[in-house]
Amino acid sequence: MRQRFSRRIVLAVLLGVLIGSTVWVTNMEILKFRPPATYQELTKRMWEHILMVGLGELIAIAVGIPLGIIVTRPKFKALSPIIIGGANIGQTLPSMAVVAIIAVVMGQFGFYPAVIALFIYGLLPIIRNSYAGINNIDPSIIESAKGMGMSRRQILRKIELPLARPVIMAGIRTSTVINVGTAALAALIAAGGMGMIILAGLLNNIPLLVLQGAAPTAALAVTLDVILEGIESLITPRGLRMRKEKG
Amino acid sequence: MIKLENVTKIYPDGTRAVNNLSLEINKGEICVLLGPSGCGKTTTMKMINRLIPITSGKIYINGEDNTKIDENELRRNIGYAIQQIGLFPHMTVEQNIMTVPVLKGWPENKRKKRAKELLELVGLDPAIYSNKYPAELSGGQMQRVGVARALGADPEILLMDEPFGAIDPITRGRLQDEFLKIQEEIKKTIVFVTHDLNEAMKMGDKIALLKDGRLVQYDTPANLLYKPKNDFVRNFVGADRALQGLRLLKVKEVMSTSPPVVKVNDDLAVAKKRIEEEKIPWLMVVDNENRFLGWINKPDLATCRQGEKVEKVVIPPTTTAFPETFLNEALSLMLSSAIGNLAIVDNKGRLKGVLTFDILREVIGKSYVGERSK
Repeated sequence: MRQRFSRRIVLAVLLGVLIGSTVWVTNMEILKFRPPATYQELTKRMWEHILMVGLGELIAIAVGIPLGIIVTRPKFKALSPIIIGGANIGQTLPSMAVVAIIAVVMGQFGFYPAVIALFIYGLLPIIRNSYAGINNIDPSIIESAKGMGMSRRQILRKIELPLARPVIMAGIRTSTVINVGTAALAALIAAGGMGMIILAGLLNNIPLLVLQGAAPTAALAVTLDVILEGIESLITPRGLRMRKEKG
Repeated sequence: MIKLENVTKIYPDGTRAVNNLSLEINKGEICVLLGPSGCGKTTTMKMINRLIPITSGKIYINGEDNTKIDENELRRNIGYAIQQIGLFPHMTVEQNIMTVPVLKGWPENKRKKRAKELLELVGLDPAIYSNKYPAELSGGQMQRVGVARALGADPEILLMDEPFGAIDPITRGRLQDEFLKIQEEIKKTIVFVTHDLNEAMKMGDKIALLKDGRLVQYDTPANLLYKPKNDFVRNFVGADRALQGLRLLKVKEVMSTSPPVVKVNDDLAVAKKRIEEEKIPWLMVVDNENRFLGWINKPDLATCRQGEKVEKVVIPPTTTAFPETFLNEALSLMLSSAIGNLAIVDNKGRLKGVLTFDILREVIGKSYVGERSK
């Protein structure tokens, strides 16, 4: 309880500093030889950023969860080393490389290649967690469900999915937070987003302009993390929450 | 009720887990599948509800080939309880117990009523436990919920795979007793897997002793003890056979019903005379309603004076037993009492008989004679 409380204070302070510094820079008259980005521009870039991450995540969720679950089924179990192994290797690639490679492969720059790159990069934690969430359920639970005459589909719907839900949600959370950062790099392929402001600051050697782009990006990541964590504990079945507290 | 006919299981890796096993289990009986680990007892059990597919042979349930029944339908009509219990952690106790009734589409009010009945049956107060989650229960309570869940839709048949295996010995003994009491009421046909001989002796109406996938002996506990078919059975039942045998008999079957008795208000001279007549060093003392009051020891009579009553030297009993007590419990009571003999009384305290070491020795001796003469 106490730990949770002090965590909240740290979060509030962090967000205050991030947003405060953004406001501080935006209200300045001039940075070196140019004015800072306007609120209007900040809002537009932030919206692009959120849209990019959101779209990428939605596709990643739509593809990742079923894929992670399918490889736990007996019929497709043979595929699991390939899919999970592939996901693990994919995760080791630098996010920058993924963004660049996708742009090259698609032969175009801009918003859509960035969404595809985010989708691919965000897919990995989701597949991995969906697989682990289902695969790590105590086998005796599944055995007794089967022994009582539940069909495979009933076991998935009534037992496996509810038990794996928090783990799957944790994967979505990891994936989203990582992608908020990755999306900042997408400015390099002219995808828009907060990375555009950071990039402008870097190219013109104006540290405060970099800060103006980086601080709200960090604030977005922190906020999304908190929100998704809340959802995660909200969808955790009550009986599991108790086990956590007990263990 | 359940009939296994030349049942064989060969796993894909070539292991012959069960070999040409035939067995018939009668309605209302507990059949214990007993044997060392790897003997095929769990595999045999799981072929009955088709969790493991049979390689060859047939299993009939109520005369019906079990491979002809839809497997989920089959399993919903056979209760299933396992050592690891496998309660669903995200469901309440009531939801867990009602798993099969929900699958069978029972209406809600019938389910609620049944859940309450079952919790009462296994000794958990429905008002307290219905809405608890497995994480809030102790091991013994979880095991009870596991048994209640297996009984959920009132199946005729129960399969139990070491259901009390993961519990401390004291709780296990209590759960076994409780379960036997429940079984007297519900009279299910039960296939009970265990590797524990004591548990098998206690729970089984019949015991099927398995070795390397083959049935070695299928018999009553008493016959397994006293008429072992071969050395494997003899060794498996082991050296404490004499003690094992005691748990199969009740006190009333062997006690002496005419113990040497004096009344509490008799003269000590009467007691002296009785002791000389009976040629034993002790007497039992009762009141006018035949209620047991205690013992008299011969040495205590030596110092007594003329005209004194029995009352003066009676030693109150440290413990007594009922006619329904099993001999193994009676023996341990005798070992812990000062006299070494055990007074048997009914629930109103009236003397019914006496159990002595001589009687026990004779009982044990007799059971071995039967074997030797074979």
